[in-house]
Amino acid sequence: MGGGGLGPPGPAEPMSKLDRRGDRAPIPSAWEYAPAPESREIVALEERYGSFVNGEFVEPRSGEYYTTIDPAREEPLAEIAQSGPEDVALAVDVARAAFENGWSSRPASERSKYLFRIARLLQERSREFAVLESLNGGKPIRESRDVDLPLAAAHFFYYAGWADKLEYAFPNRRPRPLGVAGQIIPWNFPLLMLAWKIAPALAAGNTVVLKPAETTPLTALLFCDLLRQADLPPGVVNIITGDGRTGAALVKHPGVDKIAFTGSTEVGKAIKRELAGTRKSLTLELGGKAANVIFDDAALDQAVEGIVNGIYFNQGHVCCAGSRLLVQESIYEPVIEKLKRRLTTLRIGDPLDKNTDVGAINSRQQLDKITELVDSGKEEGAEIYQPPCRLPERGYWFAPTVFTNVAQSYRIAQEEIFGPVLSVLTFRTPDEAVEKANNTPYGLSAGVWTEKGSRILWMAERLRAGVVWANTYNRFDPASPFGGFKESGFGREGGRHGLEPYLGFDGAEASGG
Amino acid sequence: MTRLPVKKTYKLFIGGEFPRSESGRTYLAEDQNVARASRKDVRDAVRAARQAQPKWGGMTAYNRGQVLYRVAEMIEARRDEFADLSTGAEEVERAIDRFVWYAGWADKLAQVVGSSNPVSGPYFNFTVPEPTGVVGILAPAEPPLAGLVSRLAPPLVGGNAVVAVASEAHPLAAIELAEALATSDVPGGVVNILTGHRAELAPVLAGHMDVNALDVTGEDGDVAELERLAAENVKRVVRGNRDGQSAWEAAAFLELKTVWHPIGV
Repeated sequence: MGGGGLGPPGPAEPMSKLDRRGDRAPIPSAWEYAPAPESREIVALEERYGSFVNGEFVEPRSGEYYTTIDPAREEPLAEIAQSGPEDVALAVDVARAAFENGWSSRPASERSKYLFRIARLLQERSREFAVLESLNGGKPIRESRDVDLPLAAAHFFYYAGWADKLEYAFPNRRPRPLGVAGQIIPWNFPLLMLAWKIAPALAAGNTVVLKPAETTPLTALLFCDLLRQADLPPGVVNIITGDGRTGAALVKHPGVDKIAFTGSTEVGKAIKRELAGTRKSLTLELGGKAANVIFDDAALDQAVEGIVNGIYFNQGHVCCAGSRLLVQESIYEPVIEKLKRRLTTLRIGDPLDKNTDVGAINSRQQLDKITELVDSGKEEGAEIYQPPCRLPERGYWFAPTVFTNVAQSYRIAQEEIFGPVLSVLTFRTPDEAVEKANNTPYGLSAGVWTEKGSRILWMAERLRAGVVWANTYNRFDPASPFGGFKESGFGREGGRHGLEPYLGFDGAEASGG
Repeated sequence: MTRLPVKKTYKLFIGGEFPRSESGRTYLAEDQNVARASRKDVRDAVRAARQAQPKWGGMTAYNRGQVLYRVAEMIEARRDEFADLSTGAEEVERAIDRFVWYAGWADKLAQVVGSSNPVSGPYFNFTVPEPTGVVGILAPAEPPLAGLVSRLAPPLVGGNAVVAVASEAHPLAAIELAEALATSDVPGGVVNILTGHRAELAPVLAGHMDVNALDVTGEDGDVAELERLAAENVKRVVRGNRDGQSAWEAAAFLELKTVWHPIGV
């Protein structure tokens, strides 16, 4: 990567419009983009949605609804059922009946084909789902289109193939489905988390009652339409909407055999306490405070791209976000300079604009939480940097933020912010990097950037995290197991390992939870 | 003149040493005064386990297997003593063979539990098991030796350090095992054995923030309260077989780590 050969800019180029640094080619100080909004016409919304039970949308017993909004515009999108304990009980009963009346005894190859159908339909309707995901959740269309949808479809496709091959995944263990799986998912990847939950559960032969997040129910409800299109037997998948009370009712229902939860560590602990003594199977995918460790021999430009992707992807609403940057002291200055510079090129705004890099914060509540933690960072003495950017007046927005001068004890270095906020710390030796990286109660993910292969493996061995990305970050794949150490939860999603939480095994065998 | 026998003082096993309970208490079990551990002893044992774990977990699997095989040798050497303290020779043989069986798993678990994952992109991606960390064990009341061994060996083979609360009614086999372990090559602190009142010690272990997993296999009654305490730091709560062996018993004390790296030139 030689820097020469470009020569000085010709006399015709007025220098004032160029930003010239070191060995870089001259680039304009700001690119002008014309807006490139994705049309929302492809999405046809109902005014009001019931829960999806036994293949039908049903009114909540209470008649209670709440409004789901577009967080980028603070505009209402639809009325959503607030399901109560009776609605949950009905959904569980229906799922139980579907489990016992055929789903579990149906030839596994048939289950497999339903899942393949779902995968294909998701691919076919991906634009519609992507637009709705961005509309309801605030994430950039580029991400819903290029990440959420392809991965959701891939997840169904992957587990479709497992459905009739379980005895190869678990030789001599005689795997059997558990029964009714109760699943509670978060608002950061609404459809993708649904796919992570439903695909392995159905492949293993269970039936499902799933509760989408309160703020992002719409793609899950559109998915119900897709299930009908796929002719999935009624009752095999039931979607009940509502807030935390609905989730609590699902957790408590005695007819549920398994609970799978993705969300905050606080709620995860509460669920574990609630299930104490019940012998219900449980898997938890909880919070994180991942360290992205960058060594002095790393390819810095690539690393900076990885850091930016690690924390600003999906507005930082990512449980495995690289929210702590650990920089080796000797490269601190160039890394921070490159990082700040890169931040100035991020485009923040309309989630439906195809140029947008950073979209809207998912909810008012989340915005308040981010603001509170960022204020605490300033108060505790960290130095804040935000690139100059114009945030829309309506909607929930937070500028990409970097904190330097952060001590390990600061709340912004310990607590999960779940927003576009990076805390930078430094280290001198690999041992110090490991110690600092592991110094949180979490253990979901970590990143390492170095050109030295042996050091990558040395670090990967010592980082107490369920996923380690080396010279990359935030990569996901249905074949790759995902899940945490320590207080980031237990159980894996993805891969052969992702089937295990949805299966029972004959004979005496250890079970965790 | 008849010789006066030297009587054994039954003590705890913490950090490779045999301390009395810091509380100075004992209780009567199997006609002997046995140390009655306190919550402070639990804390000391957890600290010793935490300190010992990285070396044990970082040892090569081949070495760990040899060290566990050596434990079987040590039990075999004391088989008569163990027979007196358990249900008999058959139980002792089962316990010895169980250590041998698990010793052979040390360098195979990763091949059975791990995987290499064909992701859609130019990345090498693999999943390896790693020890959960410090494991608290509430050993089964019976059988006194094989029950403890059945719960001890699975976390050990995966590289965990343990704090085990022995059978309250039959603690002598556990103490004998501690003495066998102390003469084996298992590093001090990797196995810690406490004797005392279960009702007093179990909640302390379940609620301890530096314990990563809790094995409740040996608990007969309701474990709801222990599970609630375990939720505080998201402990893995494991129920297994109190007198059996399986690779999945060991897998329950393993975490899976997935590593990604780009493929390129």
